[in-house]
Amino acid sequence: MIFRGLILLVAMLPGLLHAATHEFKLDNGMRIIVQEDHRSPVVVSQVWYRAGSIDEVNGKTGVAHVLEHMMFKGTKEIKPGQFSRIIAAAGGRENAFTGRDYTAYFQQLEKSQLPLSIRLEADRMHNLVLTEEEFAKEIKVVMEERRWRTEDKAQAQVYEQFNAMVYNAHPYGRPIVGWMNDLEHMTAADAREWYKHWYTPNNALLVVVGDVDPQEVYKLAKKHFGPIKSRPVADRKPQREPEQKGERRIVVKAQAELPYILMGFRAPALNDPETDWEPYALELLAGVLDGNASARLNQELVRDSQTAIEAGAGYSMLSRGRQSLFLLEGTPSQGKTVADLETALLQQVEKIKSSGVTAEELQRVKAQVIAADVYKRDSMFYQAMQIGQLETMGYSWKMLDEYQARLEAITPEQVQEVAKKYLVRDALNVAILDPQPIEPKTNKSQVDPHAR
Amino acid sequence: MRANIQSIKNILMLTTALAFSLQAHAAVKIENWQTSTGADVYFVENHDLPIIDISINFAAGSARDTEEKAGLSAITRHMMTTGAAGMNEEEISRRMADIGAILGGDHDMDRAGFKLRTLSKLPEREQALDIYSKIIQQPDFPEAILQREKIRIIANLKESATKPDSISSKAFMKAIYGNHPYGFNSEPETVAAIQRADLLQVYQTYYSANNAVIALIGDMSREQAAEIAERLTAALPKAASVPALSAVKLPEQTFEQRIEHPASQSHIVLGYPGVRRGDPDYFPLYVGNYILGGGGFVSRLTHEVREKRGLVYSVYSYFMPMAVEGPFQIGLQTKKEQGEEALKVVRDTLDGFMQKGVTEAELKAAKQNIIGGFPLRLDSNAKILDYLAVIGFYKLPLSYLDDFNKEVDKVTTAQIKDAFNRRINPDNLVTIIVGTAQ
Repeated sequence: MIFRGLILLVAMLPGLLHAATHEFKLDNGMRIIVQEDHRSPVVVSQVWYRAGSIDEVNGKTGVAHVLEHMMFKGTKEIKPGQFSRIIAAAGGRENAFTGRDYTAYFQQLEKSQLPLSIRLEADRMHNLVLTEEEFAKEIKVVMEERRWRTEDKAQAQVYEQFNAMVYNAHPYGRPIVGWMNDLEHMTAADAREWYKHWYTPNNALLVVVGDVDPQEVYKLAKKHFGPIKSRPVADRKPQREPEQKGERRIVVKAQAELPYILMGFRAPALNDPETDWEPYALELLAGVLDGNASARLNQELVRDSQTAIEAGAGYSMLSRGRQSLFLLEGTPSQGKTVADLETALLQQVEKIKSSGVTAEELQRVKAQVIAADVYKRDSMFYQAMQIGQLETMGYSWKMLDEYQARLEAITPEQVQEVAKKYLVRDALNVAILDPQPIEPKTNKSQVDPHAR
Repeated sequence: MRANIQSIKNILMLTTALAFSLQAHAAVKIENWQTSTGADVYFVENHDLPIIDISINFAAGSARDTEEKAGLSAITRHMMTTGAAGMNEEEISRRMADIGAILGGDHDMDRAGFKLRTLSKLPEREQALDIYSKIIQQPDFPEAILQREKIRIIANLKESATKPDSISSKAFMKAIYGNHPYGFNSEPETVAAIQRADLLQVYQTYYSANNAVIALIGDMSREQAAEIAERLTAALPKAASVPALSAVKLPEQTFEQRIEHPASQSHIVLGYPGVRRGDPDYFPLYVGNYILGGGGFVSRLTHEVREKRGLVYSVYSYFMPMAVEGPFQIGLQTKKEQGEEALKVVRDTLDGFMQKGVTEAELKAAKQNIIGGFPLRLDSNAKILDYLAVIGFYKLPLSYLDDFNKEVDKVTTAQIKDAFNRRINPDNLVTIIVGTAQ
C-alpha cells in the first residue's frame, strides 16, 4: 500500500528506452513527454514540478512536501478530498511524492479515463484553494509522517544527521520532510507562497506512458493546460558546497539493538552527459562492490569473513544539485564492532585502488544493466518515473539512449582511477549508530482470548 | 542500497500480501495442465517482451512449523538458494548475475516459493533454468552456511524486537491465533533450535511435485512451458499430499494488550481472524472493506481519522485471505498523547460500519473503483504471474479473473452488513497498543 507523501531519496539507475517517445511544448512553456506502450489498456499520467526540498530556505524546510499534501485539499471547483474520490470512481489509483529535486503527482487509469486526470491536474495547477482550516489539520498529518518516517527509526535518524553533516552550504543537508521545528511553525501562508512561486506551467512537465496516441495526448494537454498563464520562475542560486577539508565523523544515539555505520565519500554527479565519464565509472564501481549477490561486499564481508550481517555500497550520478556521494554502509556481526566493519569496508576500497577490478566483474555488472533495461519495460510506472526524474533534474530523457553504450565503454582501469581519485580519507564522512537498547514492558489484560 | 537490507531482514517476516485478487475481460488466456509428476501448471503465453517469468510454490509456509522451531520453513526455503547440486552460494549468485537473471521468492504462512525472471534468449534462459531447477530439486543445505545464516537471522530478530511495528505485529498474530500455527512467531530461541536434519525433513515432506504449483508467463511456447515444468519437477522428492491446516479457533473474549515503548508514536493494531481463499463471503467482505479502510484516501477510516482530525499519516484495514481464515487487520500510528483518542475514533467508525452497514452511494463508488480499475491489476507480467500462482495454489477456478468483476458487481449493501456481522465479532476484537502515554 502506498501512502500520499512517499519520499524518494535516491534516483534510480537509468536504462534504455525502446518504445517511441514524443515530446511537445505548449506556448506557456509547459512540456509534455509521451511514451507509447500498448501492452495493456492502461495509462500512467504524471505531472512533475521542478520544485523540491533543494529549493527551500532555512526556517521553511519541508514546505515542498507540505504543499504536496495540500494539493489534495480542493480548488475553486473541487471540494477538499474530492480529487481522490473522482479518480477512485474512475477506477484510478493516485498519489504524489516529493523528493530533493522535484514534486510529482500521478494517476494510473484505464486508458479512456486519461482526460479526467489531465483536467483535474490542470485545475489544481492554478486554482488551488488553501484554507487555514485544512492546513491546520494537514500539518498535523505531516508531523505524524515525520514521526513515523524519521523520529522513530534509528537508521533514518542516522541518515538525516549524516546529510546535515555532509552539506554545510548545499540544501541537500536538510531533510525532505523538514525539521520538526520548522513544521511546527509553518503557516498556510508559507504553503501559499510556495505554490505561487513554483506551480506554473513553465516549471512543470507532463509525462504520459501507456496505451495512448501521442497526438491525442498533446491535444488534451493543450486544451486543459494551455490556457494557464505562466509566471517567471525566480533564479535559482547554485549554493555550491565548499570543498571538504578533512574527514568528518558523528555518532548518533537512537533506540536499536544493532549498531550501524554509514560512510560517504564526496563524489561528482553527472553534469555533462556528453563528456563526463567518471560518473559512469563510479556506478560500475558501486556495482562491483554491491551490484548483485556475488558482488564483493556480500561475498567477502558477509559470507566469507563474516564481519558484517549486512554490507552495501551505492552511488547515484543523477542530481539537480549536482552533488553526490559514494556510499558504504553495514551492520557488524555479533562479536564485531563498527570499527572492525569500518576497517573492513575501507580495506575493500584499498584493494580496488591497489589491484583494480577484473574485466569479468565489470562484465557481470554490465549484464545486470542490460537485463534491467529489458525488465523495466514490464512497468509503465517505472518508465514514466525515469523520464520525469531525468527531466526535472536538468538532464534529458534522451540520455537514456546513450546510457548503456557509455557504461559499456568504461574500462577496469577507469574504475580503478575513480576509486583512487575520489575514495580518499579527506573526502570521507562517517556516521555511526550507537544503539540504545530498550526493554519493552507488557501490561496485558488478564485474559486469554482463546481461553474457555 | 536500502532495498538490499530490507530483503534480508524480511526473510522470516515476509508475508506476501497479494491481499486481494483480481478479475476482468478475459484479458488473460490461462492454460492449465499437470506435469507427469503431478504438479499443477498455469501458463500464459505472451511474446510482447523477451522475458520469461516463472514461479513454483509449495505448501510449505510457516503454518507447517512447530512453535518450538518457528522459522524452520522460512529458513529451509532460504537455504535452498545457498547451495545446490554441488554449486556453492557464490557460484549460484555469480552465474545468475552473469546473465542478469533475478532469483526471487516468497514465504508466507501458507506458501514457500521461488521466482525466476530471465531474458528469454539463449544462452541466458538455459543457464537460468539450470540453476533454478537445481535449487528446487538438489538443494545441499550446507551446514556451515546454516550456522552463519542462523546468526544473521537471530541478530535481525533481536533488532526487530526493538521496533514498534514488529512488536505489534507479532503480538497481534499471537493474540488472534493463539496456538494455531498462524500465530507462531520466530524468536532467537526457536531459530537457534533449528538443525540441518530439520531442513532435510521439511524438504522431503513438503517439496514434492504433487504439492507444487508452477506458474509461467512470457516469451515461450506452450511446448517450451511444458518442458520447463517437467524439468522443474522430475527429481523432486516423493511425498504424500500435504494435510489441510487445522481450523482457526475464533477469540472468545475481548483482548487488549498494552506494551510500553519509548518511541514517539503509538502503533495500534486491531483485528480478528478474517477470511479464507475461495470463501463464499470473500467478495462482500472485500468490497465492504474497501469502504471501511481498504480504499486508500476515500475510505471511512482515512476520512475520520486522518482527513477530519489530522490524527495519523496512515490508517488502513484489510483482509488477507489465506488457506484458513487469514487476518482481518486495522492499523494506525499516532503520537502517544493522542493514541486513546485515535483508537476511540477507529472503534466508533468500525461500530458504525458494523451496525449500520454501508450506503448505496458508497457501494456504487466502491464498485466503480474496483471494476473500473481492473485492467491495472493485469498490466504487467509480474502481476499476472502472482495471480496465476494464487489461482493455482488455492485451487480457484480458472475463470477467477474473468468472473472477478461480475462477483464484485453482485455484492449488495445487505450482503456486506450480513457478512461482516457473521464474520467479525467486535466484542471479541483483539487490540494491541505498542507505546502508550505515561
